[in-house]
Amino acid sequence: MPRIEPPVTPLAEPYWDATRRRELVAQRCDACDRFVWYPREVCPGCLSAELDWAPLAGTGTIYTFNVMRKPGNPMMGDDVPYVVALVDLDEGIRMTTNVVGADGSLRCDQRVRVDWSVELSDGRRLPVFRVTDD
Amino acid sequence: MITETAAVLCSVVARWRRPPQEDLETLVPHPLRAAAAIVGAVDAVSPDGRLGRSDAQLEVEMIRGALDDAGLTIADVDCLMTTNGMMGSLELGERLGVRGRFTDSTMTGGSSFEVHVEHAAAAIAAGLCEVAVIVYAATPRGGKNPFAGGGPGIGGQDSALFQWDLPYGLGLPAASYSLAAQRHMHDFGTTSEQLAQIAVSFREWAVKNPNAYHQDPITIDDVLASPMVAEPLHKLDCCLVTDGAGALVVTSAERARDLARPPVYVLGAGTAHTHGMSISQMGDVTTTAAAVSGPQAMAMAGIGHGDVDVVELYDSFTITALMTLEDLGFCAKGEGGDFVSDGRLGPGGVLPTNTNGGGLSYTHPGMYGMFILVEAVRQLRGEGGDRQVPGAEVAIANGCGGVLSCTSTIVLGTEATR
Ligand SMILES: [Zn+2]
Repeated sequence: MPRIEPPVTPLAEPYWDATRRRELVAQRCDACDRFVWYPREVCPGCLSAELDWAPLAGTGTIYTFNVMRKPGNPMMGDDVPYVVALVDLDEGIRMTTNVVGADGSLRCDQRVRVDWSVELSDGRRLPVFRVTDD
Repeated sequence: MITETAAVLCSVVARWRRPPQEDLETLVPHPLRAAAAIVGAVDAVSPDGRLGRSDAQLEVEMIRGALDDAGLTIADVDCLMTTNGMMGSLELGERLGVRGRFTDSTMTGGSSFEVHVEHAAAAIAAGLCEVAVIVYAATPRGGKNPFAGGGPGIGGQDSALFQWDLPYGLGLPAASYSLAAQRHMHDFGTTSEQLAQIAVSFREWAVKNPNAYHQDPITIDDVLASPMVAEPLHKLDCCLVTDGAGALVVTSAERARDLARPPVYVLGAGTAHTHGMSISQMGDVTTTAAAVSGPQAMAMAGIGHGDVDVVELYDSFTITALMTLEDLGFCAKGEGGDFVSDGRLGPGGVLPTNTNGGGLSYTHPGMYGMFILVEAVRQLRGEGGDRQVPGAEVAIANGCGGVLSCTSTIVLGTEATR
């Protein structure tokens, strides 16, 4: 599946480097003890700039999803239908992603686990998710 | 983080909760209430969706038309407001020979023009300017980016949207709105049939509007049979892509009384936003910022829901209209589906809504908020023709821009309600 390949900004470099090792990480604010998604300069809870990178379990719950019948960009024209979802990770952050391998029974609040099957041209990976049984 | 965002939003809502009626009666009216009025309003659309002029030509044409409508000239204008382009209002002023003493290039997507009316009213009430012109023109059918004006586009490669959403194929606006619709259905049992009824009701109005893009009636089955764009939204749940332009003139209540047209007073205003272009950052995707901007605007105006004769709201998608009605308090959260299903939004219904046909059937050049205000003015002036709501005295105009990101609510009223 060809993708829009986002630039590696200095801010997000640790995130992308981790994806090369199939590890999901996010920033964590020491001051107010929360994870932050997406990568940014300061914590949106307390404005602290003391953000460290911390590993995520890679598990979560589908908050909501759709089924794209029309591609979101021309590169994905051959990939429809595909599922875009907002996934609530167990660490308390919500990310936009895809749910892969889904059948017609997908629903909100289903449990999902990270899947590393999507590789970009430079070896980075885009974390997508797959429904789990638990 | 998400729950806390929601908690913050709730506390803001609580802060702006409408005071009890007895308190309202003893309160001094808000200084913004009826301090300013819209005195000129025009738009340009075409049944075939094309205008065949450049954005720059349309801007000038609209400004001239709105000033003629108001009985004012360009020499009276001391404030320009526009979203188009980089430093848009300055560049427009240079082209028109206007030197402003207040200005606003605020860009909040589709709600920009409601925000402009709010800012114009506030500036006029504070004596910062006297005659503000707000203008918009976009020609996507002519191949132009409807948000750029003459300037660069929005959303560079280092934007959050580009980095964290677009790689997952969330490009179409319908993609984000379908995520909201899915969760609304999950939480409240809202159905595709209920959403379709909104498109049907707005089309009933468009049938009465000779300038509407779509003028043939549709049924719920037609909506459900139209192709899926982003499940659960069908093509007929989605707004049009047409050319369109419009302008408004706002001035002080005092000056408005001497002008050509009956003043349409700005009785209340409120603006609120929850996120930028990443819907993953919205928090509860079933509640828009209209839950904040609506109560604030209505409290400022000193009106209740029963006082509202006509509603003009942003229908980028049917789900946008449904959630907005809930958030403005016309029904409880989650009850929007039942609320709209008796056709009450259409002609002859108890809550006439989107009387021009809306973004779903009238016009939608990328930012529909201008047409919301123009139609509200027409209704309050009694210029609605076949679609006129008899005796309309109070209108709510609610813009919604971004991806459910920013709402701005304007309460408008006639001389009788000032
Ligand atoms: Zn913090």
